Amino acid sequence: MTQNPVKLADEVVIDRDDLQQILDVLESDGYQTIGPVIREGVMVYGELKTVFDLPVGWTDEQGPGSYRLKKSDTPTLFGYVVGAQSWKKYLYPSVSRLWRSEREGNGFSVIEEKDQFPAYAFFGARSCEISAISIQDRVFNNDKYSDYNYNEIRRKSFIVAVNCTKPAGTCFCASMDTGPKAFAGFDIALTELLTNKRHFFIAEAGSDRGASVLSRVTFRPVTKDDKALALGVHQAALRQMVRRLNTSNLAAIFSDHFDHPQWEKVSGRCLTCGNCTMVCPTCFCHTIEDKTALDGLYAERWRKWDSCFTKDFSYIHGGSIRASEKSRYRQWLTHKLVTWVEQFGTLGCVGCGRCITWCPVGIDITEEASVIMQAPDGVSPSI
Amino acid sequence: MKALIKDIMAPAVCVIQKFRKETQDTFTLELSPPEEGFSFSPGQFNMLYMYGIGEVPISISGDPADTGRIIHTIRAYGAVTSRMMTLKKQEMIGVRGPFGTHWPIEDLVGRDILLVAGGIGIAPLRPVLFHILSNRTRYGKVLLLYGERTPGDLIFRNQIESWRGRFDLELEVTVDSAREGWRGNVGVVTTLMPRIVLDPSNTAAMLCGPEIMMHYTIQELTKKGLRDDQIYISMERNMRCGIGLCGHCQLGPTFVCKDGPVFLLSKVRHLFRKREL
Repeated sequence: MTQNPVKLADEVVIDRDDLQQILDVLESDGYQTIGPVIREGVMVYGELKTVFDLPVGWTDEQGPGSYRLKKSDTPTLFGYVVGAQSWKKYLYPSVSRLWRSEREGNGFSVIEEKDQFPAYAFFGARSCEISAISIQDRVFNNDKYSDYNYNEIRRKSFIVAVNCTKPAGTCFCASMDTGPKAFAGFDIALTELLTNKRHFFIAEAGSDRGASVLSRVTFRPVTKDDKALALGVHQAALRQMVRRLNTSNLAAIFSDHFDHPQWEKVSGRCLTCGNCTMVCPTCFCHTIEDKTALDGLYAERWRKWDSCFTKDFSYIHGGSIRASEKSRYRQWLTHKLVTWVEQFGTLGCVGCGRCITWCPVGIDITEEASVIMQAPDGVSPSI
Repeated sequence: MKALIKDIMAPAVCVIQKFRKETQDTFTLELSPPEEGFSFSPGQFNMLYMYGIGEVPISISGDPADTGRIIHTIRAYGAVTSRMMTLKKQEMIGVRGPFGTHWPIEDLVGRDILLVAGGIGIAPLRPVLFHILSNRTRYGKVLLLYGERTPGDLIFRNQIESWRGRFDLELEVTVDSAREGWRGNVGVVTTLMPRIVLDPSNTAAMLCGPEIMMHYTIQELTKKGLRDDQIYISMERNMRCGIGLCGHCQLGPTFVCKDGPVFLLSKVRHLFRKREL
């Protein structure tokens, strides 16, 4: 079959049965494709060989402190939203060795890690997640330094976005202007459409690389009806999203309400377990660990994800700066919603809802922020 | 500013040329830099790696004009610094840096300079003095106030005594407590304030020491008419990477390792001494 090549920003229709061709083209281009798969009752990101590895016919139910996968009555490939893991697992691995060292006489040598990074294709990235990646792009390229590993993996990666058609109970991307429809940062964006008769995708080329991949799969032109169907689905997704975060005066949380009684209240529930920081797709804090062999002849340095919820995080000689649970919750929330802006020119929250779903006691950042944004007596603060 | 190493996370291995014990718990390491040399600005720090133990941020205490040596003056406190105190000449440590902001000595040409050091806070201020004394005519009146715990804890004692003999430098030392035989001042560093005369219109102050010491010093300087945009402070937080990536050193919106450690007080007034920030 001969087709005209797909150009940047073109939309084409790909039938469900032809979707495998995208995976095949990506593989032949040298990508290792990663996507949603089911492991032990949850959706995680793992290697994707065929579309049958996707959670076909599954959906999820999420609420504060709760996540359940359920069989749905439709054969959708993307009928769920985000799970605990994010693409940060690949772009910024939770543990990585920075260097090794060997003892030599009076001194030692440092052998830098020369990692070979695979080219990943992230298949099924949601709009909020792409926003999170663009936030981490800024974090790992700050005004003075950039992180070599992150930028190498990122530079090579290919993103296939999937537009959300059914938000979870904990989603609030609309408030954060990050979704539910992908608007930038993807190579290809897919909208899954299922009617009584047809199961197909509208694929949009977000980059020349994406257009090149689409040009090599079976597609047909998109019709007005297809577009209308997609628009309806996108609008329905937006309407279904119930959770909101008022972002109009977040700065007051730090500047005016640093000593709000709610900090103390929420710390009574918070276990400072750090789950929220592990599942957050923008959290970037890490620690440096030195390991030494028992004979002292060999040492390694590792980088590991860390959490501002630990007491050790702010330790300097004499004690921790943030000794109380209250101060650690406040550090996390104010970083996400206030101080991040000054650091990186963007909020640190994309509204994916993971911190709400995976909090063992169901603390909800949108609720806490809205209480704290109000003065304790319920009167709105002046700006 | 020249970075010491190309890959900022891997330390350069540096040989210890001299080890000098300063007091019972402080010592100075003199390291030979790697081939490309080493330059820094006063107030900056290096991450020093003690093989097999760990890495700590330590300010540079040497002369910024001397690119042939890296000098650190360290107080033994934790696991890494205590082990470092047992180092000997010809042994090696790892060095990453220099990192962070510096005292703005070039911007302060023509001004009167007040330096206030508390304890080991004298170490990151010493490069300022080296620079000023090498360029003495470019600065106005220069004053150093140095507070220590006891006379036996005074760091750079010989150097301080020789500096005291200079007519172009006013130097006051105080200790928190002393035994018989100490003829100097006893009391915290702010007790020296009544005896100094400042021209508030032309003075810039640089403070380094415990936060509580800087807090009370700022109060005294404010009384003397200095504004927050004439006062520089050096802050301390947990640092693991030195390059604003690991997140540990956050002080509100700032990363102390990258946006500090030296801050203009007026820029961080709303963050300074904010409890558990």
